[in-house]
Amino acid sequence: MAAKTKSSFPSPEDVYQVTLPNGITVLARSNFNSPSVNIGGYLPAGSISETDDKLGLADFVTSMLMRGTQKRTFDDIYNELESVGASLGFDSGVHNVNFGGRALVEDLPLLLNLLSESLRAPGFPKDEVERLRTQLLTGLALRAQDTSDMADLLFEQFLYANHPYGKPTDGFVETVQAITRDDLESFHRLHFGPRGLVIAIVGAIQPKKAVEAVEKVMGGWSVPGQKEPPALPPLKPLKKLITKHHAIPGKSQSDLVVGTIGPNRKSPDHMAASLGNSVLGQFGMMGRIGDAVREKAGLAYYAYSSLHSGIGPGSWEVAAGVNPKNLKKALDLIEKELKRFVRNGVTREELADSQANFIGRLPLTLESNGGMISAILNIHRYDLGMDYYQRYESLVRKVTRTDVVDVAGKYIDPDRLVIATAGP
Amino acid sequence: MKNVTQVQLKNGMKVMLKEIHTAPIISSWIWYRVGSRDESTGRTGISHWTEHMLFKGTKKFPGGILDKAISRDGGRWNASTSRDSTRYYETMPAAKIDLALRLEADRMTRSLFDPKEVASERTVVISEREGSENEPMFLLGEAVQNASFRVHPYHHEIIGDMADLRSITRDDLFDHYRAYYVPNNAVLSVAGDFDTRSMLNRIKELFEPIPKGNFPPRLARPEPERKGELQLTVEGPGETAFMQIAYPFPNATHPDYFPLQVLESLLNGASGLSYKTCRLYRALVDTSLAVDVSGWSESTIDPFLYRFTIVHRPDVKPEKALAALDDEIKKMQDEPAPEAEIHRAVKQARAVFAYGSENITHQAFWMGYTSMFSDYSWYTTYLDKLAKVTPDDVQRVAQTYFQQNKRVVGAYVPAGKAN
Repeated sequence: MAAKTKSSFPSPEDVYQVTLPNGITVLARSNFNSPSVNIGGYLPAGSISETDDKLGLADFVTSMLMRGTQKRTFDDIYNELESVGASLGFDSGVHNVNFGGRALVEDLPLLLNLLSESLRAPGFPKDEVERLRTQLLTGLALRAQDTSDMADLLFEQFLYANHPYGKPTDGFVETVQAITRDDLESFHRLHFGPRGLVIAIVGAIQPKKAVEAVEKVMGGWSVPGQKEPPALPPLKPLKKLITKHHAIPGKSQSDLVVGTIGPNRKSPDHMAASLGNSVLGQFGMMGRIGDAVREKAGLAYYAYSSLHSGIGPGSWEVAAGVNPKNLKKALDLIEKELKRFVRNGVTREELADSQANFIGRLPLTLESNGGMISAILNIHRYDLGMDYYQRYESLVRKVTRTDVVDVAGKYIDPDRLVIATAGP
Repeated sequence: MKNVTQVQLKNGMKVMLKEIHTAPIISSWIWYRVGSRDESTGRTGISHWTEHMLFKGTKKFPGGILDKAISRDGGRWNASTSRDSTRYYETMPAAKIDLALRLEADRMTRSLFDPKEVASERTVVISEREGSENEPMFLLGEAVQNASFRVHPYHHEIIGDMADLRSITRDDLFDHYRAYYVPNNAVLSVAGDFDTRSMLNRIKELFEPIPKGNFPPRLARPEPERKGELQLTVEGPGETAFMQIAYPFPNATHPDYFPLQVLESLLNGASGLSYKTCRLYRALVDTSLAVDVSGWSESTIDPFLYRFTIVHRPDVKPEKALAALDDEIKKMQDEPAPEAEIHRAVKQARAVFAYGSENITHQAFWMGYTSMFSDYSWYTTYLDKLAKVTPDDVQRVAQTYFQQNKRVVGAYVPAGKAN
């Protein structure tokens, strides 16, 4: 690979990393190609800490962070941001609350101040709580009508039975209705703090200056009682084929999700599974799945497979949207492809193609500040080593056909899958 | 227009090149002046379906080979069809861009349109439409668009009507392709890490041998002025009510387009940013009259629409939210916009432009995109034109374009609580 290409990837030499005394980790890299700056990061205050009767609590808290602080109203906060063309937003997952934003570089202090204030001192104004509740409930009403969302929800519910990954982070109508303002305040008090907070900054600024800017606004934050999130409970493997349908009358298309448990991100299986998945349902026009379901049979506009790997057990799944009368036909084709994949793995040529794709696409993935932020945060979150992208090519090339067929067989058992469908 | 080279090849094809050396990447876009507005009754959706067929292969690059070749090199590629144009792009590691250029030169005239591939793509496109029909906003938007254009071919959706998707034949598609896919109807825009002279030489080598063609004149049936508001309803599943309000809006080269962009910023926020402090959000959402409100225009060759969408609250009558929206428009018509709000709109646009400059694909896009309805100076002078807008301009365009007796108001009426 050309030297110019490699120097555009992050490395220990150009990513400046500092842990502040209060536990905040700052990662910074400069990019002077445009006069803007991006920030991104996370802290461990996700839905794993909420109870079943208040599902959606972490999400509710997260969505309230910018709707008024102890100093500023909702409108004040957005007025500052929007007046300078900056943006800032939060969302929540099972483990973490994530944030991201961007601004012209002269407005970085403004962005960091608002980030800090939103995280440390949200006000939870009563009228905003109720307005947001209506919006969240409308979101749930729309989710109930969305065949793709409902197939996903059903899939996760059965794949991750009795596990935090099986519960929707946006909750259910009853649980969102049950959340009180006190719940929001106390969740924030217990779980939001500097410990475990990671923030990455990439843009037209010297890395040291970026770290100083974070230290200035967030270095003084301390939360002595900040709770540790609970550990993930063990997950029971699937014992049989589970088939579930969620009826949504009046729809013209059904969505399907078929899949099983996949490796977590730190697993040594991850790269082989990822390359195998590329052959199965990504490469070119969505791999073998796309070829069978879309290109040859003409059954769907979208049909692909994906591997979701995070901190805990991942998922390995195939999704498609088809005419309701073609549901069975599409599922049969997918089952056939899964069986072939598990039995024979991938050909030498297919593996080489996907390896070339993984290596070749890196400059594009890392081109923008946003892409660079995701890469650096992933490296940090999964301990991949700051030289990960410098070593990436050899990690990809090391994977053999045997590795792929081994992980395919280890994770995918065509007789033990969850098949979730939603539609009329 | 520093560092942009614009050349017309001997066969009439326009080439636009912009060197950017910030990353080892090149993005190449080819644009054809054909879109859903070029389709007559019985042929709706044919431009989009043709776009799909260009992925099905040529003799030199058979179907299934193209996509693999691009992916193998780590490239990204895709295509899309709009009302006015059809565009295909590849963004590749710089050293690999030749493949994309060879592919585009080949498929401009040598796509096969194999009848078997046409048959399987017919059901794919139908499936794409069925997926859209699952969305209440698609159903409502389509009805409002149909009602807004009786005469002009902006009448129908880009995806086309189901009746035509079932009846268009292989030969219809092939004729459409042969008619519009000629070099003198195309623009190639390339940005990224290359040397302009050698890139231009290579482009000439590949594209200049393709003979010039005669393409049909574009359909031009101007929409007559509407006299009187039109109201319609669409019924469907769900429990959430929506409303879409559409006003006739000028084409992208009309002098009023720029004051209208400022007006849009004030009413609905700047495109690409959050919109929580725009006038309509404050008037409808902050007051608990609606769950959400948004609005947008499009940059088109002929006058199209400005559309507002309201997501209603279950506990507020839709008419109340609409009345609040009308009040805000009236305020824009009754008094000039404050200078400070105009300055704010310009700063917002400046920031959005800066974010876009990070991305090479985006840079190549804008060169070609603007040539479809104007030229690249439309883009490079955009911020200056915005900065020249005065408070009186904004008031005048609010009065001229947002007249209730020229609008279409569509309501999505949900059938009730789903199971």
